[in-house]
Amino acid sequence: MIIGEGKPINEILEMILKHKKIIVAGCRGCVTVCSAGGQKEVEILSSTIRLAREKDKAPIEIFETTLERQCDTEYLEQMRNYIDEYEAVLSLACGAGVQFLAEMYKKIPLYPAINTNFIGVTEKQGIWSERCQSCGNCMLERTGGICPITRCSKSLLNGPCGGSSDGKCEIDSEIDCAWQIIYERLMELDLMERFEEVEDIKDWSTSRDGGPRRIEREDLKL
Amino acid sequence: MKTESKLEKLLEKGEFVVTSECGPPRGADADIIRKKGALLKDAVDAVNVTDNQTSVVRMSSISACIILKQMGMEPIMQMVTRDRNRIAIQSDILGAAALGVNNILCLSGDHQKFGDHSSGKNVYDIDSVQLIQTLKLMRDQGRFIGGDEIQGKPAMFIGAAANPFADPFEIRVPRLAKKINAGVQFIQTQCIYNLDRFEKWMEGIRGRGLHEKVHILAGVTPFKSIGMANYMKKMVPGMDVPDEMIERLKSVDKEKRAEEGIKICVETIERLKKIEGVRGIHIMAIEWEEKVHEIAEKAGLLPRPVV
Ligand code: SF4
Repeated sequence: MIIGEGKPINEILEMILKHKKIIVAGCRGCVTVCSAGGQKEVEILSSTIRLAREKDKAPIEIFETTLERQCDTEYLEQMRNYIDEYEAVLSLACGAGVQFLAEMYKKIPLYPAINTNFIGVTEKQGIWSERCQSCGNCMLERTGGICPITRCSKSLLNGPCGGSSDGKCEIDSEIDCAWQIIYERLMELDLMERFEEVEDIKDWSTSRDGGPRRIEREDLKL
Repeated sequence: MKTESKLEKLLEKGEFVVTSECGPPRGADADIIRKKGALLKDAVDAVNVTDNQTSVVRMSSISACIILKQMGMEPIMQMVTRDRNRIAIQSDILGAAALGVNNILCLSGDHQKFGDHSSGKNVYDIDSVQLIQTLKLMRDQGRFIGGDEIQGKPAMFIGAAANPFADPFEIRVPRLAKKINAGVQFIQTQCIYNLDRFEKWMEGIRGRGLHEKVHILAGVTPFKSIGMANYMKKMVPGMDVPDEMIERLKSVDKEKRAEEGIKICVETIERLKKIEGVRGIHIMAIEWEEKVHEIAEKAGLLPRPVV
């Protein structure tokens, strides 16, 4: 899923400084699961903002809502009845949600309340880490199911650099070396022989490098 | 394919070669390169020029190579894949070849996190193995990565690095085999302090006959002080400095430690010379180029042959 993290409260207060009546909108998708932008976070953020503004003698009126998803017009549509009554929307959705909201409601200012960080997993309660860079051309069958593009700090496709030490990456002793894990997996699966074939230069055109991406599926179009 | 490389000629003749390294300055002063070059000129056969090593901005490797070339020296242009995409890489290869640079060392490069521009983006469009492949494609097939034909092929002797001390140890021989599959012709290793581990790696190399497919130059770096030895041990990823070495430096008086560092280096070279499959020595005297001649002399590597 997409992992995000709340922005510092001061940054948020600064963004909405001039507004007196806003919507704080969460999302029940990924950001709920990673506790960055669900209903609970909407409640906490809204009360924090109210308190701060009262303290500054500039009270603010907040309407709290949490949509099923902000990356879907069907749910965004639900805001149409009341959105005009407010000056701005502070969205706790990922970057995609915030943008889709902006595309749909062209006249209202939009502010992001979280930073969208990566596509990743919940390692443990409170710990998330990155797994996929969405390069658009998956190669996991060749690397024992571990992605070197994402998990190697240099995205090396042909094996570990000279800085790999005790299973950790040269850039940080907290980060596992992707190639250490890939090596162990390949050994386990008896696939080390294939390691010596050179992994060809990658076609990055399916990645962000090829420009913004879109998918059209005839079988699903209405 | 044979190139105009002096290094290639010497290795093909079966000479035991000596190379060294020269880090370009953090400015536009060409005299700094000339001074370093003059110190190395008669001590070695070829000189590596680093490419923004440790991700700190310096004069470009390509231009420092040309300065050395103008002095009648044989540069080895280091190229990292961190800072350039395939367009810039191929373009720089053509430019360097046009100016008479005949050797290249293909590297992935240190992550920018270590350098003076840690907030920058890295590129890594291709990796070091793919850079080897690219050079071979351009030189032997006269083609760009994109497939078009090259007018005037860049004839370079292709090198790469190997670090027998990085982990996982067991992947280090297969990794070299992979570089050979990609087309590498010479290898310069990371600084060797742990000779036992190096010998074990070389055994693996010989076990597969890889030493007959690629020229291996063993890397050494003299310690200037205990501070430097400790720094290498603790701070440089993938560096293996045994405690005995540090103890040995500690056992002599402070003002004699640099001399002891040189002594250790010379002894290491003596041992490396005897290892089957080692075809030369790469002396990386970091900001201590004035000692390279002395090390080479004491290790019985002088005079250097003429081609
Ligand atoms: S240490 Fe491992 S993960 Fe880090 S850059 Fe090198 S190969 Fe990649």
